[in-house]
Amino acid sequence: MKVLVCIKSVPAVAGRITLTPDARAIDTKHLGFAIGPHEECAVEEAVRLIEAHGGEAVVLTLGPSTALEQLRDALALGVARAIHLVTDGQEWDPESTTAAIVEAIRADEAASGPFDLVLVGNEAGDSADYQVGVRIGRALGRPVVTAIKGLSVADGRARCEQEASGGRDVFELPLPAVVGVLEGINLPRFPSVPGRLRAKSKPVEASEPARPAQRLELQRLVVPQGAAKQAVVLGHGPDAAPAVVEVLSNLGVL
Amino acid sequence: MPTILVLATTADGAVDDISLQALTFGRRLATGGPVHALVVAGEPGAEGTPAEATAAGFGAYGAAQVHLARHPAFETFAPDAVAAVLADLAGRVAADAVVGPGTEAGNTVLARAAARDGQPFAANCIAATLGSPAQVTRQRWGGTLQEEAALHGDRAYVSVAPHAVAAEALDGSSAAVDAFTPDIADADLVVRVVDRVAAAASGISLAEAKVVVSGGRGVGSTDGFKPIEELASLLGAAVGCSRAVTISGWRSHVDQVGQTGTKIAPNLYIAAGISGATQHMAGAKGAKKILAINKDAEAPIMSAADYAVIGDLHQIVPAISAEIRRARGA
Repeated sequence: MKVLVCIKSVPAVAGRITLTPDARAIDTKHLGFAIGPHEECAVEEAVRLIEAHGGEAVVLTLGPSTALEQLRDALALGVARAIHLVTDGQEWDPESTTAAIVEAIRADEAASGPFDLVLVGNEAGDSADYQVGVRIGRALGRPVVTAIKGLSVADGRARCEQEASGGRDVFELPLPAVVGVLEGINLPRFPSVPGRLRAKSKPVEASEPARPAQRLELQRLVVPQGAAKQAVVLGHGPDAAPAVVEVLSNLGVL
Repeated sequence: MPTILVLATTADGAVDDISLQALTFGRRLATGGPVHALVVAGEPGAEGTPAEATAAGFGAYGAAQVHLARHPAFETFAPDAVAAVLADLAGRVAADAVVGPGTEAGNTVLARAAARDGQPFAANCIAATLGSPAQVTRQRWGGTLQEEAALHGDRAYVSVAPHAVAAEALDGSSAAVDAFTPDIADADLVVRVVDRVAAAASGISLAEAKVVVSGGRGVGSTDGFKPIEELASLLGAAVGCSRAVTISGWRSHVDQVGQTGTKIAPNLYIAAGISGATQHMAGAKGAKKILAINKDAEAPIMSAADYAVIGDLHQIVPAISAEIRRARGA
């Protein structure tokens, strides 16, 4: 089978977020980048599907030139090749992101056959738009499910499981289909050193799509000013236990 | 004055609070204009299907007209079918905005309806004003960051971040209920729930626990969680962990508290060996009180915590358990 996994390179934010002077992006001068958490699991899922069924996994991203590093990360895990839609670093809204991805899918399918599955993260780790997968499915006329935590493929159908109160809801889709994956569907492997070396020579097809007018137009980012607290230090080491128990008692949780 | 259509979801046949929040948000967006609500339901009497009285319940929160779409297909979740009815109704009532709950189900239905309608969609908004263009403020990074954006379209599709507004009834408000049977194309029933697998009952639910005890990278191993489990058991608490723990394979993702894990809202959150990364705190900000146990007095969690103990969790956590036993006279 042929599986496409779409990823987004997002800043690896830790404690505090600092913005650029124009407040349109996170200041990444001192940050690394990573594949979004849901997409990391989507990559693992794509690799597992190919290990089980044979075929080819392809990774795609729309992002700046530095996102090549995240494509290489996916290639190191067993993905065969990459498609890089290179941007100038400005954000793309969900509709223009979808349009660029759909065009790339159509071009790839014309050249090397249809994808049975397109995997996306349920929502981007940074912008959390909750819609690119749905829009890809709509544009291609393929069924889409979101929030998926269990996936298996047999007889041209995908069985997709979603957490629900008291259990899991099951969808069964005919292929080709689009699946939005949630973190927790699997435990992603770490890349091996030989995997990293092989990734360097795997093909990456780069192109520069034009960014259309944005209909969800980012104007400004704001870091909400939460009430900055300073924790009351109850003590140091195990000697603090009686003070902790007093607090637990006062909070009524003992 | 604008016309607003609200997607109202129900849980087990009853009004859910998250939809009442969306309705309250929609009503404020309407600034006195007409507010419509769409409720989808299976056949009357089918298990889990809301009654007309339930639909009418949305009236008390400001919906003047509740459209109750009854169809056997709605006895299980069929997001494209709901989206088809929603987008069609938005056209029929000439809605200026379509609003719904920012849940997984709400977001997927609104995204589908917006895609069918050829309109932009802004997920997880905490504020909005209509106009040309509409303006929204929405959550990113699990609420750690906010985005102000313009929504350029003919109709604004907006989902409301859970708990961004409190549900507020409107005095003297009631709704007319218009029950109808929509036509649903077979193509819109390809994606639907065909089965439900019951989960094995598993202790205290993280999302609903009154006390949560979590461990992070500082716990160091799967076995390192034993003292954490012991303390949780003494407090009747659920055990949680950070993403560093799940990606290391020490605990299952089911236990993960965070932006991509479970969002918790306990009375007390005890976080041991957790630095307080953005990803984690996005899931813990519902906690009323936080006690941090960490060897680093400068860790980011110290500016989110109410109480702290500085030192090695491997010594401190068992000492707290021992002290609880002593206090209880056991």
